[in-house]
Amino acid sequence: MIRSIPVFLFLTLVGFLCAFKSDWSAGVLPAAPKETLSEYRFFTGALAKQVPQDGVMPYALNTPLFSDYAEKLRFVKIPVGQPVAYNSDNVLDFPVGTTLIKTFYYPVDARDAAKGRRLMETRLLLHEASGWKALEYIWNDEQTEAYLEVAGDTKPVAWIDAKGQSQSLVYSMPNLNQCKGCHNKNEKMTPIGPSVRQLNGELNYGETTENQLAHWQETGLLTSMPALETIPKLPKWNDATAGTIESRARAWLDINCAHCHSPSGPARTSGLFLHWQETDPTHLGVMKTPVAAGRGSGGREYSIVPGEPDKSILMYRISSEDPGAMMPELGRKTTHLEGVALVREWIETLAR
Amino acid sequence: MKHWLPFILLFATQVAFAQADFQKKLQRQLILADDGDTIRLEAGTFFLTSTMSLEGKNDITLLGAGKDRTTLSFKGQTEGAEGLRVSNGKRIVLENFTIQDAKGDAIKTMNVEGITFRRVKTEWTGEPKAENGGYGLYPVLCQNVLIEECEAIGASDAGIYVGQSRHIIVRNSRAYHNVAGIEIENSQMADVYDNEATENTGGILIFDLPDLEQKKGGNVRVFNNKIHHNNYPNFAPAGNIVATVPQGTGILVLATNDVEIFDNTITANNSLGTGVISYYTTEKPIKDPEYYPYPTRIYIHDNVYERDRVRYQGKGRLGMLFRYKLRFGKKVPDIVFDGVLDDSRKGVLPLCIQNNQNAKFVNLDAANDFKNVSRNATLYNCTLDPLKKAALTLNK
Repeated sequence: MIRSIPVFLFLTLVGFLCAFKSDWSAGVLPAAPKETLSEYRFFTGALAKQVPQDGVMPYALNTPLFSDYAEKLRFVKIPVGQPVAYNSDNVLDFPVGTTLIKTFYYPVDARDAAKGRRLMETRLLLHEASGWKALEYIWNDEQTEAYLEVAGDTKPVAWIDAKGQSQSLVYSMPNLNQCKGCHNKNEKMTPIGPSVRQLNGELNYGETTENQLAHWQETGLLTSMPALETIPKLPKWNDATAGTIESRARAWLDINCAHCHSPSGPARTSGLFLHWQETDPTHLGVMKTPVAAGRGSGGREYSIVPGEPDKSILMYRISSEDPGAMMPELGRKTTHLEGVALVREWIETLAR
Repeated sequence: MKHWLPFILLFATQVAFAQADFQKKLQRQLILADDGDTIRLEAGTFFLTSTMSLEGKNDITLLGAGKDRTTLSFKGQTEGAEGLRVSNGKRIVLENFTIQDAKGDAIKTMNVEGITFRRVKTEWTGEPKAENGGYGLYPVLCQNVLIEECEAIGASDAGIYVGQSRHIIVRNSRAYHNVAGIEIENSQMADVYDNEATENTGGILIFDLPDLEQKKGGNVRVFNNKIHHNNYPNFAPAGNIVATVPQGTGILVLATNDVEIFDNTITANNSLGTGVISYYTTEKPIKDPEYYPYPTRIYIHDNVYERDRVRYQGKGRLGMLFRYKLRFGKKVPDIVFDGVLDDSRKGVLPLCIQNNQNAKFVNLDAANDFKNVSRNATLYNCTLDPLKKAALTLNK
């Protein structure tokens, strides 16, 4: 009985507010986070199948963040009739009411999708009137539902990788503070991935395969878009035909590092800037001394020594699996061997 | 004996279970805290595996049962680069607890307006070593920073490190077995007083470095401190600026403007009692066009100096220089100025030295290959205006 009093008060309050404001679903008031993922009705059919409802658009990035070899399904829900305006440089300015949805999973066997997958977590970024808000939903072992968890969790996971090797690790799912560790621009929470340079690529929409930006324009999600040929495009980091070693390494550094290492990111205190647009060699790390690296320096003198990956602090930190030295600090426990190899190749090509 | 085993195992698993519980509960409290809350930590030693973080909150107190009574140990840390991380808040108080063996920095607070560390201890246990985390107490890009009655031990960079911040007081604290005891870096309006820095590589460092967001430090007062026996071998990982600090350094001022050092006892620091140097002396490249690499308006007065009758302790090139070129033997001067001057400001004295007890001086003339080494301090017998007191606003 005592427990039901707050519920009663809450309902009274809701009723009171609704009487004054009939349409409060438009994001005017921040909605309380839902306890389960299914309550949002983003998907149709079995939740684990992740088949989007009408109005929920799947998307992919050219070069995604490395997350311990987890694979990701991405969706965006933009309020009807409120298209996003094109901008060439930054993450798209999605209207209030937008939700970005990202589900992390491991395939049972990366060589054969038919063997199934294990969904780990679904992260939501909701654009409310007061700003972006992150929520974390963790999938149950039965794969029937994902539940809100503010404090994060860890779970052991095993899979067979694309080479047929058995892999396993203790997978970490972030607490809400950790979300902002990366999703942070000028100390405000913000999405990282969906900029036009990341979206400028093909996606299979079931019946058709189409450039995502063209598809967004056709379906009324994007306006003021210039001709497709003029739009910047981040190369796929692992597609040698998509760009030079330098451009692919820079793409990898952009998505894996620049959310912190940019003039508006939390690692701005270091003076090391790895965003796609940076051109100053010192800020990119070339012969730059570390500031507060501590033992993260690995005993090396400069972030990048041209031609000398094994003398470059950057290589040490992206290769390390020691929490006190590794970069990024969050979101990985293993080394992205293929990404690290690409950065190594790039540093080797730099003139000594 | 054997029949005890199941009980011991049962007890061990329960402890482990309780610890995981503690970690999750604390992190949940930190996330769900309402502005104005006090979060209490009970007495005991708790083992954590992940960074604990407080983000975007105002008027929060994290209160332990006492330094060394509530201990959060990160010995088994598998995730996150700090023990405790506080970001984007206002008026945060950390009080009465110990953070041990964090994999990276012990407590990092970033972009907080009003941050108090009171009776907080950060330590890395065991022999000081390069594998220890970099910083103990580490406010960066903060305003109104109060550090009092704290203790910092074993940091492989700086025990108490205030970086790129403004309005700072560090007092009644103790730093030992760190590479740098207390370091004020690219920070403005700082008072460092009534502290003890001992058995570090360097006691107190006042640095301005290039390529940073907050470009300029300055108006730093260091007074009434006991800075002694800072002769610990440098164990910083190479690449870090503090790895260049000679063992046996009392106070080192690097490229900072407006520093007043007075009423300290600076004893038995057997290389540089007090060093005043430009960034050029670090032999690191400068590419930041806005960076000013020379120290200026450094006022060293009314300190008591004393050193043991031993040779210069530092190693490396500077050590070689002191031993073989400068040949001071056991009579190493107390106040060492590298003598590197800004040619565009000829005739302006970068430092004044007055009324110190037992202070011997040397100008190394480093810019001219040590040609005119001078031990004559009379040129620097001048007065500078006292610097302003640091004033903090910690309440609403």
